[in-house]
Formats: sequence, C-alpha cells, structure tokens
Amino acid sequence: MVSKQATIRNAAGFHIRPAQLFTEQAGKFQSQINIAVEANGVRADGKSILGLMTLGLQQGSVITITADGPDESEALEALVSLVESGFGEA
Amino acid sequence: MDTVRGKPAEIRIGGLGVSEGVRVGKAFVYAPVRLEEAEETKTDAPDREIARLHEAKARCLQDLEQLIAQTQEKLGEEKAVILKGQVSMLNDPVFFPPMEQLIRQEQWSAAAAVRKVTERTAGLFESMPVEYMRERAADVRDIGGRMLTYVIGREVSRLSDIREETIIVADDLTPSDTVQLDRRFVLGFVTRIGGKTSHTAILANSLGIAAVLGAGSGIDSIRTGDLLVIDGTTGECVIHPDPSTVEAAREKMRLQEESRQQLQAYANQEAVTVDGFRAEIAANIGTPEEAAGLPEQGAEAVGLYRTEFLFMSRSAMPDEETQFQAYKQVAESMQGRPVIIRTLDIGGDKELPYLELPHELNPFLGYRAIRLCLDRPELLRTQLRAILRAGAYGTLKIMFPMISGLQEWRQAKKMCEEVRAELHAEGVPIADKVELGIMVEIPAAALQADRFAREVDFFSIGTNDLVQYTVAVDRMNERVSGLYDYFHPAVIRLIKQVIDASILHGKWTGMCGSMAGDPLAAPLLVGLGLHEWSMSPSAIRKIKREITRLNAAECRTLAERILDMDTAAEVREALEAFRA
Repeated sequence: MVSKQATIRNAAGFHIRPAQLFTEQAGKFQSQINIAVEANGVRADGKSILGLMTLGLQQGSVITITADGPDESEALEALVSLVESGFGEA
Repeated sequence: MDTVRGKPAEIRIGGLGVSEGVRVGKAFVYAPVRLEEAEETKTDAPDREIARLHEAKARCLQDLEQLIAQTQEKLGEEKAVILKGQVSMLNDPVFFPPMEQLIRQEQWSAAAAVRKVTERTAGLFESMPVEYMRERAADVRDIGGRMLTYVIGREVSRLSDIREETIIVADDLTPSDTVQLDRRFVLGFVTRIGGKTSHTAILANSLGIAAVLGAGSGIDSIRTGDLLVIDGTTGECVIHPDPSTVEAAREKMRLQEESRQQLQAYANQEAVTVDGFRAEIAANIGTPEEAAGLPEQGAEAVGLYRTEFLFMSRSAMPDEETQFQAYKQVAESMQGRPVIIRTLDIGGDKELPYLELPHELNPFLGYRAIRLCLDRPELLRTQLRAILRAGAYGTLKIMFPMISGLQEWRQAKKMCEEVRAELHAEGVPIADKVELGIMVEIPAAALQADRFAREVDFFSIGTNDLVQYTVAVDRMNERVSGLYDYFHPAVIRLIKQVIDASILHGKWTGMCGSMAGDPLAAPLLVGLGLHEWSMSPSAIRKIKREITRLNAAECRTLAERILDMDTAAEVREALEAFRA
C-alpha cells in the first residue's frame, strides 16, 4: 500500500469534469484507490464519481491518495500528477 | 363524447400565450417517467427484480452512448463530458450496487430500489454548500428517471425520435430535453407549467416557435397524434379541432404570413414620425452570430450586446483574445453601425460555475454585475482591454450594468481610462473614441440621473430590472408577477426623469428592456423623447411601422396626460384608446 498527498489546483474544484477524469484514470488500474480529505478525514472510493464529487473538494483542498494492489505505484503516480496538473484547467 | 361522424368533440383549453403564431399540427406527448411514480413495494422474486435492474442499466448505457455521440456532433466535447459523467454514475460503486443490495437484502422491488438510491444520492448533492454541486442533483435524478423508465417498462416516446412536424406537449421542458430536439420538426409547444420567463418561453421566442405554456390539467386528455390548433398570442389550444376551426386557423396563418411580408418593407425605412421625430432602432443580441443578419432585419445599431453568454458557455473564463475575437466579429458584422457592449452582468439568476459564487439569499440584491466586476477587477480589466482593442474595427460603446451610485460609475470609468493608457503604451491599436454609458435599472440611478448626465455619454434604460426594483416584484414569482408592469406610473416618471436629464446635458437615452419592443408603448416613448430603442430583432419592423404612423406632437400631449394618471390600468387604457 502506498500513499501521497496532493493539492487541488483548479479553480472550480472537483466538479463533474475533474471527477470524471479522475475516476476514468483510476479505473485503468487494478489497485484499490482511496481518497481522504486532510481537513476532516472524510474518505471516498477513488473509482466512484459520486463519492469524489460529494467530498466537496475545492481549490486548495489537500487530499491523501492511497493505492493498494499489484499496480499501486503506477496508479499513485498517475493520479497525483493528474490532480496536481489541475486537470488541464485554469 | 364522439359526434355522429366519429370524430371526438372539439375541446378548448387555455394557457399563457408566450410566443406568437398560430399553428396546426399533430401532438407529440412527451412524458418522461418521474421518480415519484415508483411505488415503494417489496418483492418475493428478488432474482427477477435484479435481472430487470441490469437490463435497465444496459439500455440506459445504450441511450447515453447515442446521446453522447449526438451531443459531441451538435454541441462539442465540452457538453458531452457531462453526459459521460452520467455513464460513470451508472457504473458507480455507490449507485448501482446499493440498488442490488436493497433488492437482495431488503426485498425491495427494482423500481423502489432505483427511487431510494437516486433520492439518497441526489440528497447528498443537495446538501452541499456550493450551488454548482447542488445543481448536480438534477443530473442524478435525470439518470435515476432514465433507469426507472426501463425498470417500469413503460414505452416512453423520446424527443430525439421526432421525425415529422409536431406540436410538443409536455409538463415542462428542461434544457437537457431541448438539446435533443430537431428544430425543423417543432411547430409549437404546449406545457402544463411555466410562465413568460421560463426556459421554454425564452427558447420558443428565440426560435420563433409558437408556444402556449401553463395550460394546466387541460393537457391531460391530449394523446400523441391528436390534431391540435394552438395560438401562441392568445394562449388558446384546441384539441380535435372541427374542420371549421382548422380552416379559420389556416386563414389566420395566411394573414400572419401576409403581414409579415408587408412588415418586411419597413426593414429598410427609418423610424421617423410624420412630423419628423427620428428614433434610432437597435437590436439586443447575446452572441456574435446573431449580429450577422441584423442590417437586413432593419437594425441601425446593437443597443445591447449581452456578453455574459460568452462567459456562460464554457468551463473557464474566456481570455482576452477569445473575447476580442467575439467583440470584433460583432463590430465587423455591423459595418460601422454603433454597438453597445454591456460589461459582464453575472450573478442574480445567471451563474458562472467557475467563479464559485457563494449562494445568496437575495441574489437580485446581491453580489452581481458591476459590483462583482469592481470587486474582481481582473475580470473587468480583461474585458475592457478586449473591447477597446475590438473598437478599432467598428463603432463600439461600453455600458456598465447595475450602477447604483456615482462612485461605481467613476471607478469603472477610471479603470477604462487606465486600460486605454496601458494599451496605448503597449502600442496596441485601439478605437480613438469609445462612448461610455450606464444602464439605468436601479431606481437610485434614475433618481440621480441629473448627476450622472454630467459625466456619462449616454443612458440605457433596462426596463425589466427597473420595474422589478421599482415595484419590488419578482417577475419569476407567478403569484405576484401580475404586479410587474412597465406602465406603472412610478416607472414612467423615472423614465421621464432619465430622458429629461440626458437632453438637458446634451446626452441621449436609449432603452433596451422589453418595453422598447412593445408597439403599445411606442406613442408614450416618442412623447417622452426616447432617442434609441433596442429590442429583439423580430420586433424591429413592427416598431418602425408604428413610429412612422405617429405624430410626435400628439404623442407629447398624450405623454403629459399619462404622467398625470394614477394606475397602470389607466395608462394602458389611454394607450389603447390612442391606438384605436
């Protein structure tokens, strides 16, 4: 099991498009993906778009992404860089 | 109720006529399944219910795939991603599996399980603090409703299946419904709910589709295929019309077409009264594309270019270059004729998801338009840069919305001067002179018009908001919208005050609210001395015809009489008598 922190960069936070892109990416890996919000410890399944959206993440929110499974390192790296890139949004 | 000939008797129902035109056509009843229709029953055959659930999901995915392809083609990738999000929801571990569990473990029927999980999930979104997220509840309900349709196994006619000219009959139409419409086949709308300012009304008006809204339970007896006659002016809808009714309707359509052609002649005429008072007739537009046909439709100017659509149709702020291109396109389409660009009027009922504006209890009295722009100066600065640059390609003027006091106007003007100096220093080509004006839609600005008139180049009266703020009535609230009337004598006094102040200081006043496009109001506005009249392009010819028939001296006498009246009803009566 590996985990790493990431910060939400895009202005609009985790709205439907970023959530869609994140779950799409997470779904490509066999590992279980989990997200925990630093501020309040609330968790969600990283492959659940509804779970992610209802976390209420905003610009500046810090999350911990955890991956657990055969391809955990690749999964973690891909997802952290996706979040840190701001999903290609301003 | 059959007559001797076997034809059902004609039934007349009434609604609100919101988009003019008489139409004869076959009904297409659109009735998507609502979540509330799912009965909360238990099952003794959970395997069968789970099979149903899976079948429904598969068919929903099929539908969505089709819809995504259509959307990509018609509206682009940006909009399609939202629908892809719905696919993800269907496949979501917290959406579909819990439905299975409810059936397996608690013996709920498939329909009940869909309803429970959908409502619970929608509830999660509804409790979130950000407006954008609360609105996603509608997406969840949409997908739940789709599932339920297949679970219940009801045959639901889909809007995308329409292949011949029809009149659409529905409870109401949502923006996601209208995406699926092939506009060539839509003659008219008849709905159960909805008023003059609903989404459906606005859509019908902009597309020239006749519409009768708010017909209530009258629509219950309409079946797909029934012949209908609708009149979008009077709000009447006739089900199973008698041949004589159809004949009369066709005659009316013929007359409407004839007068439309006669009106066409006015497109190229100037709006001058018989005694020489000249009005400048302009158009309101929301997108650069709309500017293209304006000169042919008789518009001498653009009196209001609402820039917010440029900001609303995307997921991030449009940059200076994008804005510049849009404004330049409008300037060039108008071939040197004046164009008044209104700076960003966002907030109130118009939101931008990427600005993440906090939810307000009183959005119309809150953080919107110029208030927001002065608070986030980069927004306005970028827009002003784009406008001044585009000004080099035509005659652009700038108008600031929601001005409530002189300090706001002075701040906005100062920013404009700074931006001009900045562009000049950068050596970027800009317009030599760009007139600056304010929109008068808050009574405070109208009452101080004499002070503003010393400093602004022009006024433009936005009657829609001015009436709302003067009479303190929310025009969306159907219980009080009857009070909403621009013939209220208090509103007329404010309009007079603004026009008088501008004339005294050698400036001019325009009007861009719906009053300017109302032929009944024309003699009053001529009498008050309104210089520029801006309206929806479809009203231009009618107003030009109206003005050319008037005598300005008579209108001034009429206006004086009206200013002495007590109620809106008296004003209307006087105007109707004057017209007769």
